[in-house]
Amino acid sequence: MASKQRDPLDPVRGRKLLVEGGPSFHDVTEQVCSPVEQPSLAWWLAFLPSLALLGVFGVSLFWLLWRGVGVWGLNNPVDWGWAIVDFVFWVGIGHAGTLISAILFLFRQQWRTAVNRSAEAMTIFAVICALVFPTFHTGRPWVIYWALPIPNQMQMWPNFRSPLLWDVFAVSTYFTVSLLFWYVGLVPDLATMRDRATTKIRRVAYGIFALGWRGSTRHWQHYEKAYLLLAGLATPLVLSVHTIVSFDFAVSQLPGWHTTIFPPYFVAGAIFSGFAMVLTLLIPIRKWYGLEHIITIKHMENMAKIILLTGSMVGYAYGMEFFIAWYSGNPYETFAFVNRAFGPYAWAYWIMVSCNVITPQFVWFKKIRRSPTALFILSIFVNIGMWFERFVITVTSLHRDFLPSSWDYYSATIWDVGMLVGSFGLFFTLFCLFIRYLPMIAIAEIKAVMPEANPHPPGDEDDH
Amino acid sequence: MATPKQGSQTKSKRTKKFGLLAEYDSAAAVFKACEKVRDAGYKRWDSYTPFPVHNLDKAMGVKPSVLPFIVFACGMTGAACGLLLQWWSSTIAYPLIIAGKPLFSYQANVPVTFELGILFAAFGAVFGMLGLNKLPMYYHPLFNVARFARVTDDKFFIAIEANDQKYDLEKTRKLLEETGATSVEEVDD
Repeated sequence: MASKQRDPLDPVRGRKLLVEGGPSFHDVTEQVCSPVEQPSLAWWLAFLPSLALLGVFGVSLFWLLWRGVGVWGLNNPVDWGWAIVDFVFWVGIGHAGTLISAILFLFRQQWRTAVNRSAEAMTIFAVICALVFPTFHTGRPWVIYWALPIPNQMQMWPNFRSPLLWDVFAVSTYFTVSLLFWYVGLVPDLATMRDRATTKIRRVAYGIFALGWRGSTRHWQHYEKAYLLLAGLATPLVLSVHTIVSFDFAVSQLPGWHTTIFPPYFVAGAIFSGFAMVLTLLIPIRKWYGLEHIITIKHMENMAKIILLTGSMVGYAYGMEFFIAWYSGNPYETFAFVNRAFGPYAWAYWIMVSCNVITPQFVWFKKIRRSPTALFILSIFVNIGMWFERFVITVTSLHRDFLPSSWDYYSATIWDVGMLVGSFGLFFTLFCLFIRYLPMIAIAEIKAVMPEANPHPPGDEDDH
Repeated sequence: MATPKQGSQTKSKRTKKFGLLAEYDSAAAVFKACEKVRDAGYKRWDSYTPFPVHNLDKAMGVKPSVLPFIVFACGMTGAACGLLLQWWSSTIAYPLIIAGKPLFSYQANVPVTFELGILFAAFGAVFGMLGLNKLPMYYHPLFNVARFARVTDDKFFIAIEANDQKYDLEKTRKLLEETGATSVEEVDD
């Protein structure tokens, strides 16, 4: 047997310690706040390339607006291309943040406190990236407000039977609720930043957003109730969002899209890809910022296990789609799937399968799921695989529809690539600004799960 | 006569007091102290902690939050608005037959109804919480106390307000000192 790796245990509860090395409350405050207060030069090494990529996004958007959506590789019948693929990809990324902040909170998974702030930030930034794509895919983004039920001089109202309109409501509600949830969590930590501020600008800036928070127990009581209720609201919300995104496909009549497995399959895939992105972001950050005792290897391991679970669910869904294609006896359905695996886009299909089905299975090995380097590489593969999943679903179903004379092959142009690469620029720029100006770990929540936070320490005679 | 009155007021005015502030080192200490202050019968007082200390509200004898009722009402309002909006716009404002379906059928309207219910409930949770807590409140007498800055770091406090009926500078100070406070000081309003 290989030597067993053991985590430090809490002496009272016998559970794994959430914060290693036994720091005091003040140490935690210091460790989280000082990278914000005394930024390292290394931050620029991450920020400047991100800003350059954001420039690529700007140029791509400018050219798109100047020339129209013709600069993309869309054709007939493939009129949903990379823009929709990127949209679904980014919305999916967001889901892990809400899973960590809401669902794990309801399940009282206290380890979430170390990662929830940054995961929620990731959610918000991913949804911002996602919202750009359908907005510009409309071709006339300056009238995007037509999608909203606003009284107008045309006396027209949106079609509430359309899944695309459901999407408008689902994604915008998701963005708003995620932002509120994140902000509510930030308030006590902004107060910490305010109270530590050494300059007036900092005190006023953090002070305004801290709303005059003073840690009152009467406030904490309503606050904790609000947090619990928001978690309870965000849980069905996050499940509904990718369900509704999947309706964009499933409610249509197209073979390869028209299937009832889509909602759970999309939700599992979303969580799968989102956790991969959380690992991609946090593995370097915990190293650079010396937060390895707060975001411990145990956290990495837990997230890897969720990747294994959801990755296996996604793999099951791939298999089940093929089974149903055969079992339904529907020739169009059968053709769509045979074409998917062995047609002109077979390369994309097999990239997807290798990244999403095979890669997560390595997590069965404890050595791998406790190695940050291995997990980082694995997470990159999952990110790639999940982008390809959306590509396969969108493009292979469209490119050969019912009428062979209209079949065509779709390739992206440089501007499609520019949009995707550029959206990563937007995402990383926002994330860099977040770790530069806000505490990236929920300070108050971390303190609340430390052993010293227990008001009845062991040996206390009047234990309630 | 306005001027003399104003002059005498500034001369004789003793600074109004907010109350007494006691500092504690640990969550366990502030918990025990809160139970004692509660049992002594004070009403206008509060404790301040860097993180929510488990069950401290019960140790203080604070009534449960009414927030869930606000959130429920908001959520139901949101869902009702969502359904009403869809019904009204698709049958009265803009009746248009789509795919041969009836003008109104609730099945197609579930997603938007649900999303608006969640949206309104979330607004209710956040703004209800802020309202119940009377936040934002950018001025508070305690912010003038230098040591109180550590309430968001690692110190725990109890403040008993001077306008509590049982408040008596000496007796209240004695009570707080007996609860194991590391320091007790009077705070200006």
